[in-house]
Amino acid sequence: MIDYSKILSDKIVKIKPSGIRKFFDLLNDAKDVIGLTVGQPDFETPWHISEEAIKSIENGKTYYTANSGLVTLREAISEYLLRRFSLRYEPSDEIIVTVGGSEAIDVSFRSLINPGDEVILPLPAFVCYEPIIELCGGKPVIINTKAENNFRLTAEELKASITDKTKLLVLPFPNNPTGAILEREDLENIAKVLRPTNIAVLSDEIYAELTYGRKHVSVASIEGMRERTIIASGFSKAYAMTGWRLGYIAAPAEITKQIYKIHQYGIMCAPTASQFAGLEAMKNGDDDIEYMKSQYNRRRVILLDGLRSLGFSCFEPEGAFYLFPRITNGEITSDEFCEKLLYEAGVAIVPGTAFGKCGEGFARLSYAYSVNHIEQALERMEKFIKKYN
Amino acid sequence: MTILELLENDGRLTPKELAVMLDKETGDIKKEIEQLEAEGVILGYKALIDWDKTDREYVTALIEIKVIPQRDRGFDEIAEKICHYPEVKTVYLMSGGFDIAVLVEGKTMREVALFVAEKLALIESVTSTATHFVLRRYKDKGVVYKAPGKDERGEGSI
Repeated sequence: MIDYSKILSDKIVKIKPSGIRKFFDLLNDAKDVIGLTVGQPDFETPWHISEEAIKSIENGKTYYTANSGLVTLREAISEYLLRRFSLRYEPSDEIIVTVGGSEAIDVSFRSLINPGDEVILPLPAFVCYEPIIELCGGKPVIINTKAENNFRLTAEELKASITDKTKLLVLPFPNNPTGAILEREDLENIAKVLRPTNIAVLSDEIYAELTYGRKHVSVASIEGMRERTIIASGFSKAYAMTGWRLGYIAAPAEITKQIYKIHQYGIMCAPTASQFAGLEAMKNGDDDIEYMKSQYNRRRVILLDGLRSLGFSCFEPEGAFYLFPRITNGEITSDEFCEKLLYEAGVAIVPGTAFGKCGEGFARLSYAYSVNHIEQALERMEKFIKKYN
Repeated sequence: MTILELLENDGRLTPKELAVMLDKETGDIKKEIEQLEAEGVILGYKALIDWDKTDREYVTALIEIKVIPQRDRGFDEIAEKICHYPEVKTVYLMSGGFDIAVLVEGKTMREVALFVAEKLALIESVTSTATHFVLRRYKDKGVVYKAPGKDERGEGSI
């Protein structure tokens, strides 16, 4: 029999699978469990968006598009970025339509990182950055953001992490799992540190449309930052389009020229039907965003108030659809707490450690669920808490 | 989005929740709702019930009614008369092939048919009625009538 250890890449064998999945698998085995675990909208894609994809298939538009995506879609993305975030990107050579935000992140890392390069990564954050940086031969340099700073990245922390080898800063805001955002002032301070350097920024703005009380500010709109910033974003969270696998990159042409090659050889183009759906979303989807956002906002406050009244300390998240309360002060680990909660109370949440070691003591609760569902989870948690107090 | 749009979609939203969703003060929302109620813009708050999932005997019919409009008051007087019956749930003045559309609820088809024959058809100036029974309700007031599906979103989340 073949010896698989001889054929598989050492680099990939060393990479661990996502820690969140482990918890989902536990969840699948347990019965009568209320989960607050999922990181995707509970809404269906608005019908007018889905219908455009169906129409495109009916009309036989089932071929590859241009490698960077339909011209019309790139133009619509360009208009959208200007309309919503005051950003200017040339549809012809500064925008690439990707297979979700995930591909956007992957190809960005791959086109920037040389072996040995350091990539500054604020954690807790979405689970994909570290493994991909490592696959590229880069070295993740972790910054542990702090609850007392509302999990924002500070300029001081950034400054202290920069070395001669620093190539890139990842800015995952609005943040999954903490719900933290960066305001213009935070970004100005970060820009001050970066402007005199040759450090690039990968700004993951997939949750840009989901901020509460204030509008998202893109780092690319700060003076001196556009030239060094790659924006990775997509349709999944804003338009409830996770299954369509549609995202995009916006960056200066010098950078997209390189990204384009990886995308061209590795992917060809994003799914054509999805691109037609995306076009409709960009053109006529602003109201859908507003509707879904108002629903998330309602749930955000219900879950936040609920957790606080149970005695959890939780900073008020201003973006995405997650809460990141402190669940333990070290008596037990986050993992242990979440397992106890699952088996004793029938509520599933994701331990903060799935998003970085500094997530110890915290857990991620998603509010991409109906109000009834959230209230049931809170009732169960209340019983659980009372049992131990 | 407005208070009315949000409440039309979900009448159980509290003033506090509306305030969060609209980025306004709870007190202002309360005042606005009171005013909308006083002006008769908001007429009530009800639950949407799929009676087919219960034991209740229940049937709905759409009745097309043709009438001779009355001098001075047109269709209003007839429509208002029809509204008095508790069996009648909805009354619309229509354009097209007939004049008034009425949704009637009853326990059985026979009960509804008798109600039409003995009450609606006898109203002065009603010249004809046509009764269409509802066989299944797919969507009502913007809500699709189906059982909540299984949440399958966990399968791929990382």
